[in-house]
Amino acid sequence: MMELVCPAGTPAALRAAVEAGAHAVYCGFADETNARNFPGLNFTPEDMAEGVRFAHARGAKVLVAINTFPRAGAEPLWHRALAHAEAAGVDAVILADLGLLAHAAEHHPGLRRHLSVQAAAANPDAINLYASAFGVRRVVLPRVLTVEEIAAINREIDVETEVFVFGGLCVMAEGRCSLSSYATGKSPNMNGVCSPASHVAYAEEGNDLAARLGGFTIHRTARTAPAPYPTLCKGCFTSGPQTGHIFEDPVSLDATHLIPRLAGAGVRALKIEGRQRSRAYVAQVVRAFRAAVEAQAAGRPLPESQLARLAEGQKATTGAYAKTWR
Amino acid sequence: MMDLTVGPNFFFWDATRVRAFYHDLAETPVARVVLGELVCSKRLPFWQDEIGPAIDRLGAAGKEVALTSLALITLRRERRQTADLFETGLPVEVNDLSALAHLPAGQPFWVGPLVNVYNEGTLRWLIRRGARRVCLPPELTLESVAVLARLGREEGVPIEVWGHGRLPLAISARCYHARLHDRAKDSCQFVCGEDPDGRDVATLDHQRFLAVNGVQTLSQSTASMALQIDALREAGVAALRLSPQSRDFAEICRAYAAGLAGQQSGADLAARLRPLVPDGILSDGFLTGPAGAAWSGDATPARVQ
Repeated sequence: MMELVCPAGTPAALRAAVEAGAHAVYCGFADETNARNFPGLNFTPEDMAEGVRFAHARGAKVLVAINTFPRAGAEPLWHRALAHAEAAGVDAVILADLGLLAHAAEHHPGLRRHLSVQAAAANPDAINLYASAFGVRRVVLPRVLTVEEIAAINREIDVETEVFVFGGLCVMAEGRCSLSSYATGKSPNMNGVCSPASHVAYAEEGNDLAARLGGFTIHRTARTAPAPYPTLCKGCFTSGPQTGHIFEDPVSLDATHLIPRLAGAGVRALKIEGRQRSRAYVAQVVRAFRAAVEAQAAGRPLPESQLARLAEGQKATTGAYAKTWR
Repeated sequence: MMDLTVGPNFFFWDATRVRAFYHDLAETPVARVVLGELVCSKRLPFWQDEIGPAIDRLGAAGKEVALTSLALITLRRERRQTADLFETGLPVEVNDLSALAHLPAGQPFWVGPLVNVYNEGTLRWLIRRGARRVCLPPELTLESVAVLARLGREEGVPIEVWGHGRLPLAISARCYHARLHDRAKDSCQFVCGEDPDGRDVATLDHQRFLAVNGVQTLSQSTASMALQIDALREAGVAALRLSPQSRDFAEICRAYAAGLAGQQSGADLAARLRPLVPDGILSDGFLTGPAGAAWSGDATPARVQ
């Protein structure tokens, strides 16, 4: 069966995901060492140890994302996160930075290493380099590849692949984007945040609601209409005579229907985005996807109605998995 | 003594423009030039015959020359082209880490600004693999630059920083130029060639913001370290990276050379540059400011007049 890797922003979400059928949960420490460094989220070292005990007692794994790029002069903070993860007994760490991978391979050789999507390893040469240099055992593929390309990559590598199937969607190659810090000074790579709420301002102007990020207007909606969060790359902009969503519409990723093809492409694990989401959301999504991977493994049709409920009310895309997206 | 490196041209220029550009560049006081296709492998056949003559001309003018890898390598053809770069005998500037997989054992290489070098551990690892020159990502703060430049000096590896040019903020599988023309990447008809400095993207309130260049997203502002030269010299930075633009580039190179030589103050250099850059907007906020778009000098008009 494909492994279902589910988000846990809090200890409560971890328990909810495990009880709903996650094979593995991924989480991070409550600091800038992980790419969802949001207020009120994430784990202390004690929470992590407790979460590992809870998950292991129920046959689930815990993967810890330490996937920002350590700040020059401050590497010990990231090194301590590795030590805390190993002490907590986690099943793997998810890393992106070359220096941190080298440190982990040298000082924590027994700690399984996964390559974060933030490393943007987009071809077999990159993946094989990370495998041979640092003993990486699994790579989370960047969201720039088609299903056919994923299949071709799997034919040329010996490590496992994990792909995103549901939730937020990066339009740019992950870990290689500084749009957010251009507008706000805070970036995914350095601070573990993108388009942070601390830099968002809404203003009622005439009949409009303007949403700004770092002072730049990301979209305007009618005051009475629901306003999407001003994520920079999903904004509405003007270029020459055209106005619209120049990078991407305000959509999220839903590759549910690609699960059989992803399995055929040799993908080992399916990842759900959303460590910032509520435990009720996580539980609902995990239950639906657990049913889907079980159906896939048994050769049964996917549980369409259960999956359809998840997508209700939101615009979705299969992103780069379909070549026409490009 | 800091010197100047000219990076690869990001934009899709026709062969005539490329030829004229490197012809003029050979006469400027820059120390070295990195060239080749960085952004989109589909463009290369249209201008690749200019690369050899440009290398010869720049070499004859005493410039050190290196070839860049692509920024995002996915196709089999692109992987082969990357491997071929190491056969030319010139240094290769790696801008996608996977290029290192093709590096012949013991051969040195350069590291470009699109490789994530944020800390000492990563810099040490690259130097151990054979990195001999490293241009840091533009996103870094002055504190980080100083730490890495110090390590570079200890290791004998020159550290460069982004000195001039629209900032390379993101790279994608999706072509935004094609999307703006309601086309897919595979049927783009090379519309990015219509915008020799990228296509501007403004906010709904007419704030100048970004520029798209095929699969690449740039800042609309031109980053300039004009006001930061003393701080960067103090930090031990070895070179400024100047990124090509379609107009007045030789003049821009001469202006920075005058700035480095102390013949012109930072403020005078900025004033000389402003009319030469697209839209006249400068930024240097990644280094010391609150955000990348900020400028440490006199206010830049943020709105289209």
